[in-house]
Parts: sequence; structure tokens; C-alpha cells
Amino acid sequence: MKALVSVKRAVDYNVRIQVKPDGSGVVTEGVKHSMNPFDEIAMEEAVRLKEKGKITEIIAITVGGAKNEETLRSALAFGADRAIHIKEEGEIQPLTAAKALAAAFKKEGAQVFFAGKQAIDDDANQTGQMVASLLDLPQATFASKVELDGNKATVTREVDAGLETLEVDLPAVITADLRLNEPRYLKLPDIMKAKKKPIDVQSFSSLGVTPGAGLKTTKTSAPPKRSKGIVVKTVDELVAALKGKGLL
Amino acid sequence: MTYASPFYDKDHEEFRAQARRFVEKEISPNIEAWETAGSIPRELHQKAAEAGMLQVGFPERCGGIEVPDLFYGVVLTEELARSGSGGVIAGLMSHGIALPPICHVGSPELQARYARPVLEGRKIAALAITEPGGGSDVANLKTRAERDGDHYVVNGSKTFITSGMRADYLTCAVRTGGAGMGGVSLVVIEGDTPGLSRTPLDKMGWRCSDTATLYFDNCRVPVANLVGRENQGFMAIMLNFNQERIMLAAQAYAFAKVCYDEAMDYARSRETFGKALIRNQVIRHKLVDMRMRLEAVKANLDLVTWRVSNRQIPIAEVCMLKNFACTSLEWIANEAMQVFGGAGYLRGAKVERIYRETKVLTIGGGSLEIMKDLAAKQLGM
Repeated sequence: MKALVSVKRAVDYNVRIQVKPDGSGVVTEGVKHSMNPFDEIAMEEAVRLKEKGKITEIIAITVGGAKNEETLRSALAFGADRAIHIKEEGEIQPLTAAKALAAAFKKEGAQVFFAGKQAIDDDANQTGQMVASLLDLPQATFASKVELDGNKATVTREVDAGLETLEVDLPAVITADLRLNEPRYLKLPDIMKAKKKPIDVQSFSSLGVTPGAGLKTTKTSAPPKRSKGIVVKTVDELVAALKGKGLL
Repeated sequence: MTYASPFYDKDHEEFRAQARRFVEKEISPNIEAWETAGSIPRELHQKAAEAGMLQVGFPERCGGIEVPDLFYGVVLTEELARSGSGGVIAGLMSHGIALPPICHVGSPELQARYARPVLEGRKIAALAITEPGGGSDVANLKTRAERDGDHYVVNGSKTFITSGMRADYLTCAVRTGGAGMGGVSLVVIEGDTPGLSRTPLDKMGWRCSDTATLYFDNCRVPVANLVGRENQGFMAIMLNFNQERIMLAAQAYAFAKVCYDEAMDYARSRETFGKALIRNQVIRHKLVDMRMRLEAVKANLDLVTWRVSNRQIPIAEVCMLKNFACTSLEWIANEAMQVFGGAGYLRGAKVERIYRETKVLTIGGGSLEIMKDLAAKQLGM
């Protein structure tokens, strides 16, 4: 069983995000990037399923510029067998990316499309869903547990009321939630080995995808600065302060 | 301070990212508890092995992860130091000085029996050289190992032994021959050898690292546990010192950097006289002076690390690097404390612990004075 795992290059979670002075976006030049943490979880899950013998081949895939190769190398160090780089510089529309991923999934004849539930840069939470829709496949998003059995996947999701279990026929799209697993530490020998694994470079045109217009960012602004706190001396003062704010 | 460098490539940075995550998750939240307990848990060694941290720089035949240069060790030290505790590095990495002689000159049997389980995180190793009667004077150590059939009978004592209380295996310097450096050998002594007793030592810093005095009373050690050839231990010990000193310098640099980062953050957030501390020129100048020394230490560290990675043995330069890094740390930690003011004097602040732990670095692995003397000799003075 082949699995395609989508990995996105995003600004590292440790970076203090700064908005560009002209409001056109956030500063990404010279800022540390790494694999979107939710995609790491998806990657880890695929590798575990391969270790259990449920998956035979893992293909990591990314859409983006030349620097995305680093992200693919990390995926290969995790345990992906090979990678596909849909190499496109500049801003990429989410729907165009989803179309390209869907085309690659189809071309590979994979059974499972794994991705993180969302990327921590724009938190759009839509790629998995769009891929499923474009390919008319069942989807199980926000997975906290995944079991593959024959041509079915059983996926547990954490919902407000508790746990929901879905059974989906394969091929299917599965997106990973935070508590699905704890990604492993990449070991140096695996990091070294990853350099020798093949990366197949594709493009929108090679996959038959025409980039379309879509979202336009009109303005980016920083959240309001936190105002200075006050120090209270007694519980009474605290209660009075909370009441004053209408919080009690 | 991540920047393009001739010494660090993407692999180093990827390894750094993994080490950072490991330290943030498994080490930093537990420092206070371990400092109070006076030791780190064995479980940490296992976790560090599973994460591929313990094995870096050791040969594959011993269960290690071979790396093309010493910079990986520097990266690991820098990341471990971010926890703000020298004790963790000393305790978790005591095999970093205990195993190299076994891996370089030990028999395949010794490597399989002692190096591998340690690199798998199942056992703990310590190096035992210093004696109550002298430390750096290795040539005149007094612990005796008398041959008796297939065994050595070891009598004597060792002190200031890092991980000495917990160690399962002790790489121990003993006198097998006559006086002087030509009579010194290294043997591996197992922790449960009858006749071995241990006393814990209470310390100013490195509190989560256990330190011991060891007593050997007619300890019978198999001759097969000899590391390398009999009476040839001195050279192995000296070569081992070189790498230890570079790593101590890396530690000093890394802690100085933590002090600088902490002082910078504090100066930005602390308000006095109605403005942030950093808005005072005197504080900014202090920070620049700290950074200036930090940059110089780093340049020196990277260059010497490069030379040693390229099979040079610049002993004088290593000695001077260790002194430069450690005295710079003393200076920088002192300034960081000054920026912190009263807050830096409180237990629990990183700079408070680092300040207490500066001295061990100017003493351990060869004191300032010993380093200067050795450098002077090497430079032909």
C-alpha cells in the first residue's frame, strides 16, 4: 500500500512572527523554517504504519520553491522512501496546491493521502479536505488514532462530545491532529541517508494543473499589544478587579 | 545567533533542531527536581540514546554514530547547555570521557561488553583518573594494580569522579608498572566489584551530577579488562584530555551564551525608573562587552575544533582555548548577574546556577594554571 504524505515548509514554531511594516504579510526572509509540526505528525504516523507492515511505500510530497527541498529531506530522514517536489516559486494559491497534490496522488495510484490537519503559518485547515473533494475520496480529518486494515481505515477523531470513530474505504484522505502521536527524533545516520534518497521534481504544468486566481491578502496586521497588568495584593482586590471588568 | 558559517552545514543544523527539541522536552522542565535530588535518572540515558544523542562521535563498531567532525559534539553541548545546567552535561555525558579510550585502543570484547551498553543508554560509565594525592599529575598516580594470575588486584582511591556514584563501569587509571608515566595503565572496573566502595561528594554547582570518592580494597579485575597495552595508558589519557578540554571550552561558550541571552531578555523586559533596563547606555555597553567576548570565544572554539577535526593536535592552542573560554565565562556570568541584580541572586535563575558553575570549568579537566604550564611547555618556553 502506497501512502502520499504532504509536508509543508512553514516558519518554525519558535520564531517570533513579525508583520512587515507595509502590512503585506509577515517577515519570512532570513527566518528559520521547518516542517509544519502537524505534517511531522502525519509523517510519523505513516512511518509507524509502515513499521507495522500496513504501508509498503511512503512518498513525501511538497509544493513550493527550491528551499522546500530541506523539508523533503527531513521527511526522507523520518523514513519516507522517496519524495516528489512540485517546484513552484512565489505565492501559491491553496486550491492550486490542492489540485497539484491531488494530481500527484492520482498519478502515483496511492491508497492513503496523509497531511497535517492544518499548517501553522496560515492555519487554513483546508488542503486535506480539498484534495478529498477534488478526487471524490472519503476523508477522515483531525485523526487522533489511525488503523489500516485491508481496504479500510478506522480513524478516531477528538470532537467536543468525546471521541468519534469513522470507518472509511480506501483510498482516502487522513489528516493528523496534535495527539495522534509524538514524532520521533531524527537520528544523524537517517539525516545522512536521506541525502541519497531520490526526489522527483514536478511542476504544475507537468501535473496538468493550471494555477488559478483565488485568495488575495489585503492586509496583515499584528494583534493588539497586551496592555500592562496590575498587581493585586489580596483576594478581595482580585475579585473587585474582575468584577470591575465585568468578568465575574 | 544562527548564521552561515564555514564550519556548520545543514546537517549540523538539522541535528541541532533535534537536540533542541530533546532538551526542551526531556531535560529543561526537570532541572530543578534533579538538582534537588542530586542526580539525573537512568531513564534519561535511555531516552538520550533512543534520540541518538549519546552516541554522537563514537565508532559504529561500538554502537556509536560516526560524524565527520567534532562540530556535532559542539552543537550537542550548546543545546544541552540551553537547559542552564552544567550538571546535566557532566552526568549525562560522563561516557564522553570514559569511553574514548575503550573505543580507540580497547579490545573488541571490551567494546562489546562496556561501550555498547553505555551507548545504548542501559549502563553508565565514568572516568577515574584523579586521586586524593593529585589530579593532573597523572604520571605519578598511586592506585596500584598488581598482577595475580588472570587478574589485577587493585588498591588505592580516586576522587572528584563525575557519575562516580552511579557508574556501572569505571575506566580507571592504575599503576601496573614502575614509577612515572611508563607505569600507567587503564583498566575497566565494574561497579559491583567486591572491595569497591563509594562516598558521595557535595558540591557548589553541578548539583544534579553525582560525584564520588572511590576506594579500591583488593579489587580483583580481570586482566582482559586492560584497555590497550599494559603500561601504555598515559598517552591514551593525554589524548583523551585534548577532546575533553575542547568540549569543556564548548560548554563554557554555551553557558556564556545562555548568560548573554538571559541578560538580554531580562534587560528588555525589566523596567526601572520608568523605562526598560536596556534603554540605559550602561546596560547596552555591558551587553556589547559580553557579546564581544562571546564572539571571540566562538571564533577561537570553531577554529581549534576545525583543526582537531582535521587531525591536527594543537595542544597549546587547546589549553589556551579552554582557559580563554572558561575565564570569559566567569566574566560574562558575572556581568549577567549584575544585569539581573537581585533577581539573579535567587535560586532558580539560570544565571545564578551558571555563576556557581563557572569555577568547576576553570578547575576540571586541567586547571587554569596547569593549562598555562602545559601551553608554555608546548610553545617551547
